[in-house]
Parts: sequence; structure tokens; C-alpha cells
Amino acid sequence: MHEFDLSSAIVATVRKHAAGRQVRHVTLRIGRLRQVVKDTLEFYFAIVGKDTVCEGATLEIIDVPAALRCNNCKREWEIEIPAFICGDCGPGAVEVVTGEEFMVESIEVEDEEDAACTAPR
Amino acid sequence: MHRTKVRVVEDALDANNTIAAANRSDFERSGVTVVNLMSAPGAGKTTLLERSLEGLAEAGVRVGVLEGDVAGSFDADRISVLHLPVVQLNTDNGFGGECHLDANMVRSALPAVPLDDIDLLLVENVGNLVCPAEFRIGEDAKMMVCSVTEGEDKPLKYPLMFRSCELVVINKIDLLEHLDFDVERLEANILQVNPNATVMRVSAKTGEGVDAFRDWLTSVSARVGATA
Repeated sequence: MHEFDLSSAIVATVRKHAAGRQVRHVTLRIGRLRQVVKDTLEFYFAIVGKDTVCEGATLEIIDVPAALRCNNCKREWEIEIPAFICGDCGPGAVEVVTGEEFMVESIEVEDEEDAACTAPR
Repeated sequence: MHRTKVRVVEDALDANNTIAAANRSDFERSGVTVVNLMSAPGAGKTTLLERSLEGLAEAGVRVGVLEGDVAGSFDADRISVLHLPVVQLNTDNGFGGECHLDANMVRSALPAVPLDDIDLLLVENVGNLVCPAEFRIGEDAKMMVCSVTEGEDKPLKYPLMFRSCELVVINKIDLLEHLDFDVERLEANILQVNPNATVMRVSAKTGEGVDAFRDWLTSVSARVGATA
């Protein structure tokens, strides 16, 4: 259910960097711990992006696994369930290495001179 | 058709975080500590506030409350009986509004909050276990209420929320004798998801455990300036 607001945040970020140019493709980097449902995000992105430079842009999501490190035994591992505990040392020194990302990585825009639509949006 | 790739590498929530930082500096300037209070609908946030805020004035902590709700001022009306400054913030546009508070909504309400007359601002977020965890509002601490009528597995289903909170209050423990509920399992699940969480058992109805929560609020309000 948070995908609607996340889509709005993505569209706002993309529009800022597109600077008026038509956007064709958006690449996101999203960590597993963000609990984002890809299909839902794409669905809302299309709705929120309508009538903006994002309209019609395709969405690509790079899935970042949830990786933890135990700073006691220095072990690193990936998790599939939300268990933030080291099997050997307990919970005390566990930290998240990756999996909390929610980044707009890059966008592909049409060059100004040959953009299909030059009207300000 | 020529395409250009533009490298962005920006957190999509940066815009919210920037406004949250502006809120934060306003809070710090006035010496106010802010707690973001979250839960599922009906977990007992408002009742917990009714029970716990009264004694805080005697502990030397001046409290204000910012009530976030989809609609209505039912919660603000309940809190205003305590003679504390209460500001109602509705996310509604007429037919149901936002499911959470974000930094900008809180910012829009700040002119109505007497920041210079309080030490601690409690922001009661919209009841929801998903979206409020995503949006910083400029708070010093996030906490949540989780009641024993909700099921022991909730931390495993909503880890983003449970991980974001430094305090989890388990409310409605007066109901335990009537329920088939394993409170130890809930606590184990909370700590599996968030090993650093402080966990308290409370009944906002009978008052059991409320003193410990009030002590936590007092200790949080003493944080102001400690990190600045």
C-alpha cells in the first residue's frame, strides 16, 4: 500500500533530473528490506506519471538483496526472512550491509532537439 | 530518436528528508524533543497518551501533541481535556486522505504548535503499519504501540515498521487472560526483527506499566541538546 507514495516520490525525483525532457526509462535500485511490491509500484508509477514527462516511461528495478554483517565474528550473509540475529553471536553486533536502498539510479531522456513533444509539461 | 542516459543516484525520499531536516532544526532551535508515535488503527495510541501525559507536567516536562488523522478531531478532543496544547492535522480531502504523515504535512502544522512553550512534542501518526515507517518527519525518536489483539506474527509481517522503532509498547495486556495470545512469542518476534528495541508491557486501560512508559518519555525529552 505504500507504493503509491513511493511512486510519487520517484516521479518527483525523476522530474527534477529530467528538467523538462521526455523520460523513456527509469532505473531504480531497491533493497529487499523496503518491502516494495514491484507490480504495484509499476501500476502506480504509470498513474502518478500521467501528464508528466514520466508518462509512458518504462520502469526497471534492480533488486538489492538484504545482507547482514556481524561485527563480532565478521561474518556476512544474506537473509530471506526478517531475522536480524547472528547464528553464532546473537543479535548484539548485527548490522545491515545492503537491502535498505530506495534510489533512482538513472534515467533515459530524449534529447531536446528531437523530442517528440516540445510543449512544456 | 536519440536518448541520453542521465545518472541520478539519489534517494527518492530525499525531498521528504530535506523537509524533515528543516522541521528538525526548528525543533532544536526551540529545544523541543519530538516522538513519532505509530501503530495499527485501534492499538491504543490515544488512550496511552491520555494515561501517560498527565503525570509529565509534575516531572517538569511540558508536553504538546500533534494529532494526525485521516479525518475528524476525535483524538484531539480527547487529548484537549488534559489541558495540553493539541493541534489536529487532518490528511483528509473530503473522502478519506493520506494514510501517513510526511515531513511536509507536519511542517504545515508547525505554525499552530507553540514550540517555545513545550519540551516534548508527541506526534500521533495515522494508524497504519506500513507507510508511516517510510517518512521521516524530523523526529528524535520513533516508537510504536502494538496490542495483544493483533497477533504475535505482526513483527514478521511488518519488519520495516518494527525495525524503525526504538520502543515498542505492547498494549492491552489486561486482556491477556481472555485471549489465546502468547506475549513471549510476540516479544521474541519483535527482538528477532529489531534486537535493539526496548519492549514494554502496558495496559493503558488499567495503568499497568504506564509509569515505565512515562519514564521513557521523560528520558527522551532530556535528550535535547545531548546530540546537538
